[in-house]
Amino acid sequence: MSTAASDPNDLLPPDEPVHLLDPDGTYHADPDHPLDLDDGQLRELYRMMVVTRKVDREAINLQRQGQLGVYASCMGQEAAQIGSAYALAADDWIFPSYRELGAALVREVDAAGFLHLYRGTWLSDHDPYAHNFGLMSIPIGTQALHAAGFAMGAAFDDNPIVTMTYFGDGGTSEGDPHEAMTFAGVFKAPVIFFVQNNQYAISVPLERQTAAPSLAHKAIGYGIPGFRVDGNDVLATYAVTRRAVERARQGHGPAFIEAMTYRMEAHTTSDDPTRYRTQEELDEAAKTDPIARMRNYLTARDLYDQDLEDGIEEQAKATATAVRAGIYDAEHGDPLELFEHVYDDPTGHFDHQREQLQAELAGAVDGEDL
Amino acid sequence: MAVTLAQAINAALADEMEADPKVLMFGEDVGQLGGVFRVTDGLQERFGDKRCYDTPLAESGIIGTAIGLAMYGWRPVAEMQFDGFTYPAFEQIVSHLAKMPNRSRGTVKLPVTVRIPYGGGIGAVEHHSESPEAYWAHTAGLKVMTPGTPDDGYSMMRAAIRSDDPVIFLEPKRRYWMKSDTELPVTTEPTHEAVVRREGTDVTLFCYGPMVRTCLEAADQAADEGWSLEVVDLRSLSPLDTAAMVASVQRTGRAIVVHEAAMTLGIGAEVAARIQEGAFYHLEAPVLRATGFDTPYPPAKLEEYWLPDVDRILDAVERSLTF
Ligand SMILES: Cc1ncc(C[n+]2csc(CCOP(=O)(O)OP(=O)(O)O)c2C)c(N)n1
Repeated sequence: MSTAASDPNDLLPPDEPVHLLDPDGTYHADPDHPLDLDDGQLRELYRMMVVTRKVDREAINLQRQGQLGVYASCMGQEAAQIGSAYALAADDWIFPSYRELGAALVREVDAAGFLHLYRGTWLSDHDPYAHNFGLMSIPIGTQALHAAGFAMGAAFDDNPIVTMTYFGDGGTSEGDPHEAMTFAGVFKAPVIFFVQNNQYAISVPLERQTAAPSLAHKAIGYGIPGFRVDGNDVLATYAVTRRAVERARQGHGPAFIEAMTYRMEAHTTSDDPTRYRTQEELDEAAKTDPIARMRNYLTARDLYDQDLEDGIEEQAKATATAVRAGIYDAEHGDPLELFEHVYDDPTGHFDHQREQLQAELAGAVDGEDL
Repeated sequence: MAVTLAQAINAALADEMEADPKVLMFGEDVGQLGGVFRVTDGLQERFGDKRCYDTPLAESGIIGTAIGLAMYGWRPVAEMQFDGFTYPAFEQIVSHLAKMPNRSRGTVKLPVTVRIPYGGGIGAVEHHSESPEAYWAHTAGLKVMTPGTPDDGYSMMRAAIRSDDPVIFLEPKRRYWMKSDTELPVTTEPTHEAVVRREGTDVTLFCYGPMVRTCLEAADQAADEGWSLEVVDLRSLSPLDTAAMVASVQRTGRAIVVHEAAMTLGIGAEVAARIQEGAFYHLEAPVLRATGFDTPYPPAKLEEYWLPDVDRILDAVERSLTF
């Protein structure tokens, strides 16, 4: 078993989050975080952020049109999600919360499928094993333990994959992420705790959530290094995550990354944020928009032109259209499937209830009970 | 004046905070936002952020600190944001809130009220539509109550806060917007008593919380068929008002228990057992249950097939009458 870290100072987060791009796109080289991305990959990061935002907007529209029950937007958090998910290898795993549309798209999870949970068609639509992307987890922070366990499982099996989990600033207050860090530290599990600090847990601002100097400081008590990054800077997010992932892959154990970002939309479409934050605050946050920043960078590097924008715009529109087609007035499945996946080996009593529902459905079809 | 259930509970909280300076209200988003259902709207503004405060996002923390606050001498009202998010607090509720008064052999009182919006029917995503009442009712030391009308929302909330026992106060969230014509303050029957909401002679429907209204609708429709249904609102799930249940079955001879929660080991099982113990010779048919199925709560688009409704209730009535 590993011993405690020799020097707690090695675990402490930097005073300032790592930052490579200014809002105007100016790039600052950082020897600790070299960029190993070619021109195509740089454009790819930009493209995925634009597509994510378009689908996100479409989801909000669909909710307003009564097609989704609710939706939790990731607007403003595209760089944090895409930069981090892009830093993983294809075999690596992700355990998301409910806000990770961007990360899901990196994993090529079907966008309409992703939204079926919010429509209430089914509780999930994608096969986690087909995408190495876990099911959405709504009880806050609970998925952190699944990620820790998954990473332990891979390590026990000498499988060199890394597991990453997403949760929010609010999630760092729940017990489960702390137990996850305890396990990850003790077992040196190759797991990355990636926290999107979007400043709010519904209406509760960060300063009412914690008295810690930063969220990344929370990790060091578990023997885990805390990293901080400007989460609206897709290059920095990528580079910091990449470093943590490689470290974990080489057997140096878990890492905690706090990505500083901002939730530009309401908590969900059911929320009214005017009750707790001002338009001025929102206007200020809009100045750090991750997509504009990357566009400025690509422009300065001569990697951006109208053709690129048109092509990306076209693809974003096509994806959004496909999402609309997949969601709009989508039929729900057979209610009898509710009984299908509860047990591997259902009992007689269970069959009886299934028959009752079957009879109710038949009655409704015959119009007897309508 | 028309008052919704949410407004009635809000008024009860305000009136109790006004009447007793030891009453505290806390939970996730209950302060400035006024709660996700606005049940705590205006309390922080009126009583300040020491009496009504937002907590960090930690349910075990909310209930665990409520216990400490109560031991010190405060009278905490703690909100769990949704039924499905009470589980992180399960340990504190079951191991300490319920047991510490007994453990202390009566020296420690824990006058804590845990408010939980519960039940389905609002088209929500997973974990926002659960009916966990049986867990609490199964736990000795907790009082469990649930209002089915705005008047009870007001009166039972005030009584819950005044109770020196810990109370799990289950608020039927799909009825938050249900209105009644009432003048507040209002005092209804004592919280441990079941109430006959409609008298009938053929079959008794036992129900509570969100299903009270559904059962009254069922009774209306049944009248068209010539069936006279009695509707008993249990109100208190722990303790259960056995005498009222037995008395009703002695009149009607038939009983159906209705709840959203899954059937197996739900409140219906206990009600059925007590009826057969107390009114065996009056029963004309087995006690039946019209409930949710023994599956996890379904996705929103399927909840109408899962939740008990007028049809499922009347189907049970027919089975009882033709037994
Ligand atoms: C255990 C639990 N408690 C409460 C909730 C209700 N809830 C849903 S989201 C949320 C705030 C989450 O904030 P944060 O962790 O910062 O993530 P964000 O939503 O900002 O991405 C709350 C309280 C929940 N889903 N799970």
